[in-house]
Amino acid sequence: MAIKLPIYMDNHATTPVDPRVLEAMLPYFTEKFGNSASRNHEFGWVAEEAVENARGQIAKLINATPKEIIFTSGATESTNLAIKGAAEMYREKGNHIITQVTEHKATLDTCKRLEKYGYEVTYLPVQKDGRISLDELRKAITPKTILISIMYANNEIGVVQPIAEIGKIAKEKGIFFHVDGVQAVGKIPVDVQKDGIDLMSISGHKIYGPKGIGALYVRRKNPRVQLAAIIDGGGHERGMRSGTLNVTGIVGLGKACEICQNEMAAESEKLRKLRERLTERIMSRLDETFINGSMEHRLPHNINISFAFVEGESLLMGINDIAVSSGSACTSATLEPSYVLKALGVGEDLAHTSIRFGIGRFNTAEEVDYVADRVVETVQRLRELSPLYEMAKEGVDVSKMTWQTAAEH
Amino acid sequence: MAYSDKVIEHYNNPRNVGSLDKKDPNVGTGLVGAPECGDVMKLQMKVNPDTRIIEEAKFKTFGCGSAIASSSLATEWVKGKTVEEALAIKNTDIVRELSLPPVKIHCSVLAEDAIKAALSDWKKKQGDAEAKPAEPATAASH
Repeated sequence: MAIKLPIYMDNHATTPVDPRVLEAMLPYFTEKFGNSASRNHEFGWVAEEAVENARGQIAKLINATPKEIIFTSGATESTNLAIKGAAEMYREKGNHIITQVTEHKATLDTCKRLEKYGYEVTYLPVQKDGRISLDELRKAITPKTILISIMYANNEIGVVQPIAEIGKIAKEKGIFFHVDGVQAVGKIPVDVQKDGIDLMSISGHKIYGPKGIGALYVRRKNPRVQLAAIIDGGGHERGMRSGTLNVTGIVGLGKACEICQNEMAAESEKLRKLRERLTERIMSRLDETFINGSMEHRLPHNINISFAFVEGESLLMGINDIAVSSGSACTSATLEPSYVLKALGVGEDLAHTSIRFGIGRFNTAEEVDYVADRVVETVQRLRELSPLYEMAKEGVDVSKMTWQTAAEH
Repeated sequence: MAYSDKVIEHYNNPRNVGSLDKKDPNVGTGLVGAPECGDVMKLQMKVNPDTRIIEEAKFKTFGCGSAIASSSLATEWVKGKTVEEALAIKNTDIVRELSLPPVKIHCSVLAEDAIKAALSDWKKKQGDAEAKPAEPATAASH
């Protein structure tokens, strides 16, 4: 089969809409366009039925009940609602929140804003494998702690946190537990009961659904979680999120969840094999390459590799018929490499050389081979150009050198 | 981010890649940047001590496409120039030639620094009384 270029392998950023999802959505743009809040005519009822059906599909995937699903514009909004909503609602109980350093910006920046309003936030460090320490978590808990917010799986390194263990600790201490489930839901089994999750952010476009739709799981019993709304209006979604429902998006999200549920076992196995093929084909042919983050606790479709002595952005430029993502942010004025990799203790030099591969539902073995070959040949070419590789081969320890202009950067 | 055609051309066909013998008294070596900043340039020039003309220039660069292009262009420009002419090359000339966007100006600054550092090294080797340590062009901007 001929390979179609460019190849998309950046499925942590977003995914294409599955054609089956699109097909499910289409009637709701035109003939079934009703407002699900219109209670007195057929158009409204049809839309409402579609929304409730989707609620059920989403709930089923995470072992929740349909009433526990609140629709939002996306996972960033879900996370804002979960953290800000809980912080406001339980302000009298306490003002302390625990999160960790490799969270998505939606969580970190929401917490930072709350700090301005007088909340206290503990940002737990991660260990070398990218996971938090449960002991550190226990130590961070105070009588004022109202919320723990930890992601299920990381968007850069795919590392899966010990969610069930954290859920247990949260429950013991009577603290609510919010999980950013964006990268994990639909990819690996997520069960809000077994995992002890009270709030969970879900995104449509990371699971082959459309952009602009997300959901927040809000536990209704054991314990019941209440949230202060951040968007007020017509009182939709049990008052937690006003605004006319995005029916087409909701139908798409529901269908996407249903497909994930039916195909997860086979799909994750297929992706794991492709990931292994990619990793093997790259790592066996290049020296000085390192995997970032735990291999044991990792999403099946993620790999994040540092190619020492080759700067990430120049590597991406060399493989410009492949869409992947670099941990280096040389395009910004600050030249800051990935904060996630830094948190793992990856040296800044290696953090600048990392590439994230996110294999998806529609990638093939031929594409994986092509990507691996292009990466290998480009890394080899750029190492020929790299003074650092030359020095390393001469036996100079580049990390121990004093760099003339380092102080000015 | 979109790269200019000239940056892409230098990236795909870098000029004068390689190394000169750094022990040669006529070879000046400049190594600037730092790995943790994502850019390191090594620029070497072989200067005829009688004519002060740069006869050979080689580079190796760890950095983004714009950094590679800036150093590749620098080697092209310094070849055949006198030491004084090479020292007159400004980072803004490189920015203009390669159409570098504002976020990539530090790459051109680094290339200018590399030229100055290499020639300063050469002067030191020549026992030149004027030899001064390389001064970064506008260090504050990177």
